[in-house]
Amino acid sequence: MTDLRYEAPATADAAIALLAKATGTTRILAGGTDVLVQLHADMIEPELVVDIKRIPGLNGISREAGGWRFGATATGIELMDHEGFSKAWPGIIDGVKLIGSMQVKGRATVAGNLCNASPAADSVPPLMSSGVIATVVGPNGKRDIPVSDVCTGPGKTSLAKGEIVTSFFVPDAPPHSGSAYLRFTPRTEMDIAVVGVSVNITLDASGTCTAATMALGAVAEKPILVPDAAKALVGTKVDEAALDKLAAVASAACRPIDDKRGTKIFRIKVAGVLAKRTAAIALQRAKGGAK
Amino acid sequence: MGRPPSPFGTMIKYEPKALHVIGGKPTDRPDAIDKVTGRARYAADINLPGQLFGKVLRSPHAHANILSIDVSAAEKLPGVKAVVTRDDFPDMEVEYAASGELMINFKDVTRNMMAREKVLYDGHPVAAVAATSEAIAKKALKLIKVEYEVLPHVINVVEAMQPGAPVLHDDMFTRGVEPKPEKPSNVALRMTSKLGDVEAGFKKADVIIEREYNTAATHQGYIEPHASVAHYTDGGVAEVWTATQGHFVFRAQIAKLLKMDISKVKVTPCELGGGFGGKNNVYLEPLAVKLSQKSRRPVKMVMTRDEVFRASGPTSGTNVKVKMGATKDGKITAAFAEMNYQAGAFAGSSLGLAAITVFTRYDLENVLVVGHDVVCNRPKVAAYRAPGAPMIAFGVEGVVDELAEALKIDPIEFRLRNAAKEGTQTHFGPKLARIGYIETLERAKQLDHLKIPLGPNQGRGVATGFWFTLGMETSATININEDGTASVIFGTVDVTGGMRSAFSMIVAEELGITADKVRAIPSDTSVLGFNFMTAGSRGTTAGSMAVVKATRNAIARMCEIAARKWGVDQDQVVFENGHCRPAGSNVGDFEPLSVPALAKEASYYGGTIAGHAEINVVNQGPGFGTHVVDVEVDRQTGAVKVLRYSIVQDAGKAVFPDFVKGQWHGAAAQGIGMALNEEYLYNDKGQMINAGFLDYRIPVASDLPYLHAEIVEVPNPNHPYGVRGVGEVPIIPPIAAIANAIYDATGVRVYEQPFSPPRILAALDAVAPKMAAE
Repeated sequence: MTDLRYEAPATADAAIALLAKATGTTRILAGGTDVLVQLHADMIEPELVVDIKRIPGLNGISREAGGWRFGATATGIELMDHEGFSKAWPGIIDGVKLIGSMQVKGRATVAGNLCNASPAADSVPPLMSSGVIATVVGPNGKRDIPVSDVCTGPGKTSLAKGEIVTSFFVPDAPPHSGSAYLRFTPRTEMDIAVVGVSVNITLDASGTCTAATMALGAVAEKPILVPDAAKALVGTKVDEAALDKLAAVASAACRPIDDKRGTKIFRIKVAGVLAKRTAAIALQRAKGGAK
Repeated sequence: MGRPPSPFGTMIKYEPKALHVIGGKPTDRPDAIDKVTGRARYAADINLPGQLFGKVLRSPHAHANILSIDVSAAEKLPGVKAVVTRDDFPDMEVEYAASGELMINFKDVTRNMMAREKVLYDGHPVAAVAATSEAIAKKALKLIKVEYEVLPHVINVVEAMQPGAPVLHDDMFTRGVEPKPEKPSNVALRMTSKLGDVEAGFKKADVIIEREYNTAATHQGYIEPHASVAHYTDGGVAEVWTATQGHFVFRAQIAKLLKMDISKVKVTPCELGGGFGGKNNVYLEPLAVKLSQKSRRPVKMVMTRDEVFRASGPTSGTNVKVKMGATKDGKITAAFAEMNYQAGAFAGSSLGLAAITVFTRYDLENVLVVGHDVVCNRPKVAAYRAPGAPMIAFGVEGVVDELAEALKIDPIEFRLRNAAKEGTQTHFGPKLARIGYIETLERAKQLDHLKIPLGPNQGRGVATGFWFTLGMETSATININEDGTASVIFGTVDVTGGMRSAFSMIVAEELGITADKVRAIPSDTSVLGFNFMTAGSRGTTAGSMAVVKATRNAIARMCEIAARKWGVDQDQVVFENGHCRPAGSNVGDFEPLSVPALAKEASYYGGTIAGHAEINVVNQGPGFGTHVVDVEVDRQTGAVKVLRYSIVQDAGKAVFPDFVKGQWHGAAAQGIGMALNEEYLYNDKGQMINAGFLDYRIPVASDLPYLHAEIVEVPNPNHPYGVRGVGEVPIIPPIAAIANAIYDATGVRVYEQPFSPPRILAALDAVAPKMAAE
């Protein structure tokens, strides 16, 4: 602990150089809502902490051709308070709203939520089901990867040494699209998802589903996409029978463990229950109804 | 355990009279603003010049022999100023003492604060270090080499009772069994208590319900972790600032554990960030004093939340069997309970208290209570708000609910037909004096709550609770200051934050002045005679008895001043409405003297005005309460939502009604937390796996509904203002009330607490296995 080094570089390149050079454990500090807690609880003993909040260009939310872009240091509250983004992506906002308390959301970032690599991260399933792309910069340059390729297991990511997520690109959804995220927790808030379900639905003018994606959190070693969700919903009016199919698909995709937060049986069943409830909200939103 | 109540104890009979201050609203709560702005000083806020930081090395094993401890490398680390282990503390003989509501044994206390032969739970202290920084202290802990011989462990109370279970203490032969068992076991005590003949009683019953219940250990969950600062002077005096519910009791324990004279230990209780019984025991204090003595520097120790969970508190997890019978017309004929209570690593659970509360809401002829106090590889159990009672109430109030249902009698009506009242013979000895149980039931029947219709998957539950009020030793001093204001120095730690207001109001009532002219000041151990802990709901009740006595002592002194000034005998002066007046027209025509006027005259007429009392309060009146709760159960996820909650309780007399309700809200919130999600979880190595507020789920504000509270006032006959203890009763009914409501909502009875979603969902699915996902 006494040997911890803190750096707050002014450029992404400098941050990358510091991280690439480090020999021991490193941590990137954005909101700090995971890193500082882990430090104080002696869960991690990093040699180097690189604070990226002072790097210009990593913050903010903006329009780009074909979608929205938000930076790695954009906080949860910034996303929630951004009228255009929050209106366009209610599913992502559902997830962001569930991260910690109001105070935590004022500091916490989606990039941090993703890179902390918890299988139960609330913002990650909606990013995955919404087809969000992470922009990653490292010693070997820049690459764009789907968010679903970032987390590989509890606390593990596909990022190479020295790489940092700098921003996210959220491609615009077609008209008549809706998204939603629900999680189950024993407490009403300030809790960790026992199951999280994100659903995105696109309808045609007649109300028939033309595209559907679903991602699940806390039911596997990492948040997972469920490709079979499309099979359950596409071509239907997202009626009761289709929703039952979606529930079955969600439950079948789970590969959970028994742990202190829930049992396997519970998670598998509740994933199905939440899949239906989430899809019903996404459907409402796709139809332009009340959120 | 202890001796019977002393014939030399103090009672003041209830004095009915018109009240001007008590029962109203004080102008402010004197402690509140500093607490809100962060300026109130808790133990962790105390810093002394040259202070070191102390940290504790804790066992990672649930059960192991300590083969060796090598601290040499830690001692050599620069910045480390002292290391202590078992070798620094004298061993203690078996010697019992009261420490709050539970009894302690010094042989065990010394082993709990610092392991000697064995470690008995994950988190058991094995060494402590004082260093110039917390980081160095933590580093030093890693340099201490402890060689363990790991032993099989046992966590569950029923498993711990089985022959062949790993035995924690080779010298534990079950007390209360004749002849003495040949082999040691984990059952420290078997107790029985009976009234009448239960077998005959069950024969008279038309319906008999017998059920088994299990409850998990739960923690008090105080927001403030344990913290202590100790300064051992070169003159051989130990000064301790700490988080405690009883500084005098801690002083005695520190002195005993360190073989010091009590006169050489001074304990200052700091503002308390919650205790609920969990701060009735020394943990850090003797270690901090010893580290300070060795290092010749002040030492500060603060537990992390992880340490709080692993090594302090919790309450007993239990296994309970309840059997009750009733006649067709709803009269209970017999009641039996077997209570198996976890004590944690050392003997002494809340069993004895739970045995008193078990059926004491009902007027019964035939009762048998059997209990076992069982050790297991968990932290030593501490008192937790009505220790032991919520768990047994879960069983008894559940069986009562089933009896009422079987007999098709409304649950409140069923309780009224069996309600305890003045003169009811308890199974543990005394007859009940005037109590207000029936009044709470009658008031509950009038609640608007009961008129609200229930929707689908919603249910309503009722349960009731009883808790006694502790008396015990209590001291207080009052000084009438030169300007006529009053300073009251009290020795019952203000665990609720409401005691200062209550004492100010009571003194104001006695003196006929306004409460803002009275300041109640918490004491350290050097300024008052002994005070027992704030435990057993005694703070305001017993504390105010001493305050009243002290104030009346000061009033006598004021009458003496008036008599001297007027040249009359003291018995010719009376004190009324804040003034000394002539006792009658024959005494003379003297202008009444107000308290400020008397204060001004005091010096000339003999000296300052003060009063004091050192008493042992006895025969305090118990409290009763009735709770009603509505829940909604999500059948697809097992989630239980508490929709609305009503608390009706007999306060005797609510001195500060808003704050009495605050106590009830807090207790009900804790009870709701126990009911819904709280439990200690262990892995197969016997290590606690949810030692933090993320996974040990106390409720957050949004988990709780509006908590409606109604105060019933049936005066305590043995208190001048009729006050009863109010803080503990309201944690007793919630688990049972919620279980009964879940049944009403779903048709499924739950017999294991907490009623967490996976457990409820499994119970619902067991009944309706084919239920579709939605």
